[in-house]
Amino acid sequence: MTTPMTTKERLAIDRARMPELAATIRSANFEEVNRGLAEDDAIREAQRCIQCKNRQCVEGCPVGVSIPEFIGRLADNDLPGAARILQHDNALPAVCGRVCPQETQCEAKCVRGIKGEAVAIGYLERFVADWAMKNAARLGAETPPPPTGKRVAVVGCGPAGLTAAGELARAGHGVVIFEALHDTGGVLRYGIPEFRLPKAIIDVEVDRLRALGVTIECNVIVGKTLTLAQLRQEFDAVFIANGAGLPTMLNIPGENLKGVYSANEYLTRVNLMGAGRLADASTPIIKGHNVAVIGGGNTAMDCVRTARRLGADRAMIVYRRSEAEMPARVEEIKHAKEEGVEFLMLTAPVAILSAGDGWATSLRCQRMELGEPDASGRRKPVPVEGAQYDVPADVIVNAVGTGANPLLTATAPDLALNKWGNIVADGNGLTNIEGVFAGGDIVRGGATVILAMGDGKQAAAAISTFLS
Amino acid sequence: MFEVVSNDVLAPSLHRMVVRAPRVAASRKPGQFVIVRSAPGEERIPLTIGDADNAAGTITLFIQAIGASTRTIVAIPAGGFLRDVAGPLGLPTHIEAWGRVACIGGGVGTAVLYPLAKALAAAGNDVTTIIGGRAESYIILKDELSAFSKEVLVTTEDGSMGRKGFVTAELADLMANPDTCPKAVFAIGPVPMMRAVAELTRPLGITTVVSLNPIMIDGTGMCGGCRVLVGGEPKFACVDGPEFDAHEVDFENLFDRLSTYRGHEAADCKLNRQVQP
Repeated sequence: MTTPMTTKERLAIDRARMPELAATIRSANFEEVNRGLAEDDAIREAQRCIQCKNRQCVEGCPVGVSIPEFIGRLADNDLPGAARILQHDNALPAVCGRVCPQETQCEAKCVRGIKGEAVAIGYLERFVADWAMKNAARLGAETPPPPTGKRVAVVGCGPAGLTAAGELARAGHGVVIFEALHDTGGVLRYGIPEFRLPKAIIDVEVDRLRALGVTIECNVIVGKTLTLAQLRQEFDAVFIANGAGLPTMLNIPGENLKGVYSANEYLTRVNLMGAGRLADASTPIIKGHNVAVIGGGNTAMDCVRTARRLGADRAMIVYRRSEAEMPARVEEIKHAKEEGVEFLMLTAPVAILSAGDGWATSLRCQRMELGEPDASGRRKPVPVEGAQYDVPADVIVNAVGTGANPLLTATAPDLALNKWGNIVADGNGLTNIEGVFAGGDIVRGGATVILAMGDGKQAAAAISTFLS
Repeated sequence: MFEVVSNDVLAPSLHRMVVRAPRVAASRKPGQFVIVRSAPGEERIPLTIGDADNAAGTITLFIQAIGASTRTIVAIPAGGFLRDVAGPLGLPTHIEAWGRVACIGGGVGTAVLYPLAKALAAAGNDVTTIIGGRAESYIILKDELSAFSKEVLVTTEDGSMGRKGFVTAELADLMANPDTCPKAVFAIGPVPMMRAVAELTRPLGITTVVSLNPIMIDGTGMCGGCRVLVGGEPKFACVDGPEFDAHEVDFENLFDRLSTYRGHEAADCKLNRQVQP
């Protein structure tokens, strides 16, 4: 063992850079863009952590990962130790290491970020999780605790449902996940493209839960195949995490033309069904020469970058505010730009036009300028009078957001909803029905993977308390 | 995995498939559908549940093999398996005692109509059924429908069975006589047929219900691909339908959207032919 590093030595190390697939290559395929750190680089990056007593980074993490502890083990080259800590705290570390907005969460609180660059916590989480996947045999299988005899139904196999299922299984409860689609992962699979989160990663994380004893039944639509009341009878508790799957319409003329997609449909075709991505996929997709994606969030970035990969000559983001207000992660915007995506800022869609054959041909745009701040605190875009112009677009993707899907709630009349149709749940996920908990986007509206996971973790703790 | 219990050919490229899906059989109601995927890599295809046997845990699907994916589905023999069957989806048919109703089926739509007509008869309605097709070989379920219909009228385009012409001719005759004029009309079939029925009943204001078949992906309201204009408002056929007031439906838009992947479909079918010996 060498002498421990001094803080001064740690502070002297520069933040690691994430190796990336070259933009020219990656914009023509679906391979993962971020390649992951090499082991030496990961260990060196871990050594940048000064192991603060006051663990601010953990406070910034919605699932409360023991960040200094796992990084400390990594810095000491104890990879199995780091992996065990991470896997104990986080049901989906390889997912979080890829798609979490670390820059606004753990890394935003990192003390090293005050006078320089924060520790690359996300990169390290990904490195350790990927190492754990490759070395699963060496780590050994987790042994579930003795069964409590209690059974919990989880509705939805997305990030919230998977997290809750993992926590509940580790508490010894019998867990059955009911998933409406034909495959696992929810939004992780249908929503997030392969180039950000390979499907193989989801498969491994899901298999790890199955190994813990979690049962997953696909093709079961709670609200239709089974009702909440039936689940409540058959199980000791229910956790509803069915997501926010209902597209918001643009409500502009031409929205029903051929070539106009919701982000959910566009991404589902490509990600879940493999359209345009896998050689043997039967599901078609209109690829488009000029693709306009409306919206400024991560989903919009996913759509526009997908369009590039499907071969669009022009792939454009159309956003009514300026780049500074875009909710997408800085990294996603950077990657999109590198891949040749055009950004039409301060631009609002007003109509989709057709040459008369039913196909979209162009998007009529309204030039905007920023006015006074609105309720969201962001400056409100207002139209510039007379400034309208048409942009050629044969595929238009609406990525302005989603609402609460009423499928389950429509057949659960006793369940309390708010005015947007989201389920009302307290900080522990408890709904107004005893034994019924809810979390993720169906409670909070469209949010992030990690917030949904945080909900799953909290609800699982509350469910365990309820069951004991 | 969902076992195919039986698979019969009813008419050219029209199959009746009985599939073991106990949960769907137990919860389904007339008017609802399932999403079927034959194998990994295949499309998700919406299919109306034609009938169900709760005791046996089976559902009956009527499948017209028109594209590459539906052909893959009907190619699965009894004893084989469908990879995925999800449902029941959509809203059940609103059934009430209208008194006298006309149920109109065109082609494979006749199969979709069957559970609806049966439920209407069970609710005490006098059901007159009109079924149409290109030729006699395309006329299906005539005997099954006769079991509970007051009368089954058949039309064929080539005159090989029943009246030569379209279903609308028989419906016009029913409507012309106050003693036979239906209080409500249910029409399921190709878009042009449903549109023709809607235009025929519109002047008399006869309640007319159609079941729509737009392109659909998830079937749970998530993707919005199945949006149809009803009364000028976008509706999702998977969660708001599939049945709608025919007088409010924008058939033009539906017809147009259904052609979205026609180019792809042609390419797929060609590919299939090439690989077949």
